Amino acid sequence: MANVPEDLHYSKDHEWVRVDGDQAIIGITDYAQNSLGDVVYVELPKAGEQFAANEPFGSVESVKAVSEVFTPIAGSVVKINEALADEPESVNSDPYGEGWMIRLKMSNPGEVDSLLTAAEYEDFTKAESE
Amino acid sequence: MEMLEAMGLGSAEELFDSIPEDLRLKRPLNTPAALSEIELLDRFEQMGARNAGARRISFMGGGAYAHYIPTIVDHILSRSEFFTAYTPYQPEISQGTLQVIFEFQTLVCQLTGMEVANASMYDGSTALAEAVLMAERVTKRSKVVASTATHPQYLEVVRTYVQHAGIHLETVEFDEKTGQSWQALAAAIDDQTAALVVQSPNFFGCIEDVAALADAAHSKGALLVVGITEAMSLGLLKSPGACGADIVVAEGQSFGVPLSFGGPYVGLFATREKYARQIPGRLVGETYDKKGRRGFVLTLATREQHIRREKATSNICTNEGLIALAATVYLETMGRRGIQETAHQCAQKAAYAARAIAKLSGYSLPFTAPYFNEFLVRGPGRAVDLLARLGKEKGIDGGIALSRFMSDRPNEFLVCVTETNSREQIDALVDGLRAL
Amino acid sequence: MTINKVTTHISPNEQLIFERSQKGRIGYRLPALDVDEAELNIPNEFLRDDDLEGMPEVSEVDVIRHFVRISTWNYSIDLGMYPLGSCTMKYNSRLNEKVARIAGFANLHPLTEEQDAQGALQVIYELQQHLAEITGLRGISLQPAAGAHGEMTGIMIIRAFLDARDGAAASHRRTMLIPDSAHGTNPASAHLSGFSVKTIRSTAEGLTDLDHLRELCAHGEVAGLMLTNPNTLGLFERNIKQICEIVHEAGGLVYMDGANMNALVGVARPGDMGVDVIHLNLHKTFSTPHGGGGPGSGPCCCTKEFEPYLPVPRVVKSSDSTYGLDYDQPKSIGRVKAFLGNYGMMLRALSYTLTHGNDGLREATEAAVLNARYVAAGLIDDYDKPFAGAPMHEVVFTDKRQTRKGVHTLDIAKRLIDYGFHPMTIYFPLIVQGAMLIEPTESVGRQELDQFIGAMKLIAVEAVENPELVLNAPHDTRVGRLDEAAAARKPILRWKER
Repeated sequence: MANVPEDLHYSKDHEWVRVDGDQAIIGITDYAQNSLGDVVYVELPKAGEQFAANEPFGSVESVKAVSEVFTPIAGSVVKINEALADEPESVNSDPYGEGWMIRLKMSNPGEVDSLLTAAEYEDFTKAESE
Repeated sequence: MEMLEAMGLGSAEELFDSIPEDLRLKRPLNTPAALSEIELLDRFEQMGARNAGARRISFMGGGAYAHYIPTIVDHILSRSEFFTAYTPYQPEISQGTLQVIFEFQTLVCQLTGMEVANASMYDGSTALAEAVLMAERVTKRSKVVASTATHPQYLEVVRTYVQHAGIHLETVEFDEKTGQSWQALAAAIDDQTAALVVQSPNFFGCIEDVAALADAAHSKGALLVVGITEAMSLGLLKSPGACGADIVVAEGQSFGVPLSFGGPYVGLFATREKYARQIPGRLVGETYDKKGRRGFVLTLATREQHIRREKATSNICTNEGLIALAATVYLETMGRRGIQETAHQCAQKAAYAARAIAKLSGYSLPFTAPYFNEFLVRGPGRAVDLLARLGKEKGIDGGIALSRFMSDRPNEFLVCVTETNSREQIDALVDGLRAL
Repeated sequence: MTINKVTTHISPNEQLIFERSQKGRIGYRLPALDVDEAELNIPNEFLRDDDLEGMPEVSEVDVIRHFVRISTWNYSIDLGMYPLGSCTMKYNSRLNEKVARIAGFANLHPLTEEQDAQGALQVIYELQQHLAEITGLRGISLQPAAGAHGEMTGIMIIRAFLDARDGAAASHRRTMLIPDSAHGTNPASAHLSGFSVKTIRSTAEGLTDLDHLRELCAHGEVAGLMLTNPNTLGLFERNIKQICEIVHEAGGLVYMDGANMNALVGVARPGDMGVDVIHLNLHKTFSTPHGGGGPGSGPCCCTKEFEPYLPVPRVVKSSDSTYGLDYDQPKSIGRVKAFLGNYGMMLRALSYTLTHGNDGLREATEAAVLNARYVAAGLIDDYDKPFAGAPMHEVVFTDKRQTRKGVHTLDIAKRLIDYGFHPMTIYFPLIVQGAMLIEPTESVGRQELDQFIGAMKLIAVEAVENPELVLNAPHDTRVGRLDEAAAARKPILRWKER
């Protein structure tokens, strides 16, 4: 049973968003990391890069697959999780904590409200697995 | 027949029921009937006998080199377990192949002075083309500069590969006095340049100043790509890696691979560790199983076509596995001492030949640059005729006429000397040229 | 992490050659230098100064033992069947090897003048003729060195043709349609020619969806379709003529991936189906050895219309029966490789063609298809076969029945190793969940097919009654399943002196 923390926002592409003032932290969900398998490499953007909502900002690689990762909201990159370069497996072991990927300064703070709640995301993933 | 019946089929023809009738061949193929082994070998021996070039004493280089191949190379290549094996996708039953590739990758790094090498490309020319594509990926710039002292066929291949890749290939001319091109290349660098591409020793055999080029390229944030056609030069000359190259590609045919009228050969491709995820081709890495036993696997596969598809670093799948094995066996047999001794003999014999030819009246060496085992000779008349007569009258292939590649240089030809050319052969070449 | 020994026996513990190296050992002897040694004209700063440190120093016996030992860790065609779908792992004839080593070919320099290489050029010309007859396409280049290389060549030819035909308007025609079941080299090759890719769906039957094709072609930006026939599910695209018509009517061209020619040789010809350009894999259909990853050879064949675009030089025969190289092809896409291609593989392919003869080539095709059907019939009760159509030379199954007990395709493949077989192709094509693609080829007799079927049936039983046995397979190999995640996270791609 995948973990879906209550206090986060979610996208249909399996990313989560944690709001911190006018910034947002983004990563991929427990459901996503489970489907991917052992993560071996995470490709992240550089600080300062700008992204529109639903634009890919990087990718996650397992041994046999590559998946693009999208930002559910628009913003510019303030910081990236450099630790993932040495320990990409954090995405598997702690997807909502140590496995965070980027921190954005949000372009439209209200945008998060159009994302899925934890309950909505849980229903969505249940439907997907059927 | 039994099997057909077991399938409920009346005839072999029914196997193809899913092919519409109007598409099925109603006649036998118009190709020859089967030959027995005896007849077949006879036919091929006859065709082989019509290749006079294979029987002559040869001083031909130009991208393919006649070096001695130790007897054990072919023996090992002929082991069923190596040549009838498949790509090592199932590592548990392919450790032989995988370990060979790991050793090959290591040897290529050692020789080129680089940090990461792949499991092989088709040959030197396509390796060079892929290096140019990689430089564009890494720098995100689209201008690449090469010189006309690069092997003309290699340049043609690069042009084919870049024509739809949004890469602009510029060429600069080599220096008429020295035969080198590095000064012109260095002068052409700007901040739009993705890479400078230099062949060293170049098509004329001249050694280029790779270190100076590396500095020039890096000063503008560009990469230096070094291409090598005569890999044996790495036994004597400073490695491109030690000179600061970013990507090194080479034709590996000099290492235990027969001339075989142009193929199969093997492309070497090496780069710095920081670019490992941008490298084309297969990579073998070291790892362990659950019991801690060391093994090797294909790795970083997410760069490749079967996973990344249109975003792959290359479309390459099958490469030159068995030829990489040949090179590996050769390099390990000759070893640290043998490669250096072979390179030393090549250089000394070439210098001996050059000195003697330069003394002949009517002959000169147009370029002043240092060379490894190949150099340009200017003769008293059309090189094509001169060489044809030398071949017919003395049974010697004295070199390659430059006019075959550059129509404005009719009297010049490339001479290559390797450890397989004895003093008698070199003296016969010189005598032959003198007599013409 | 400390390295554990495999067993105490020497052979499975053979190390890397660098770990065997002993200073001062040599494995070669060259004749002494027979010219006067002189000071070379090379400045010091251009000379090597590291003495090739790290390169091995071993004796000839060391080398032989090293390679012979590690060779015993490999499975190979000579040992047994490789039921690898899409790879056509047929017997690699030793006669072909002998032909390739004939001195008159092996010692011939590629830049030998034409008059002194007539026999060599004749080989190329004759093979071209036979391949033209087999494919029904008269334009041929043997220059590409592998299938993917031949694909790139073919797609570049299409691009050049369209650019010439449509001029500036061609810049709107940059979409290549590729089935969802295609081999990964297809989209990668399309990309190299500056095309973007759109995926075509397959029907429930496993064939190209004609309605979807018409829909995609209606937009007018279609440069062409890349298709494999029989497709990667082993099914013949019976609507191929219609497919070609639809694409042609939309102004596009049809490229066929010839990887599955082993189902067609002597029976049907791509040229008769309306296809414009194809590539062949000599290392599949024409038995040249796989060598652990090559060399291959990927001839590119096309109709008369596309001939002018083929790579240069072309090998031609003049009216006086001499063979030569024709460089005068102004519309050519250019060279794709130095020299003339993987010549050694052409020798082997020609030898294969002459050894089989025209009857034999057709019989090989019949046997290949029959063997695949036999396997399909033998496994249908134990494994889920997703498509009802009669398979050609390869058949696909899924792990649907076995996953109920937690056993997946990967596990089945690994357990097959314990039974002495190389696994089939797994997880390809991508459109089939847990795909197992099986291609026995004609080089397998009934007895061995029965053994293979028997092994697969036993594994199906094990998957239910003793799943641990399958999940932890292979048990009898020198190393078990290797940690590929670790290899990708912290890649160690070469040996280094510690």
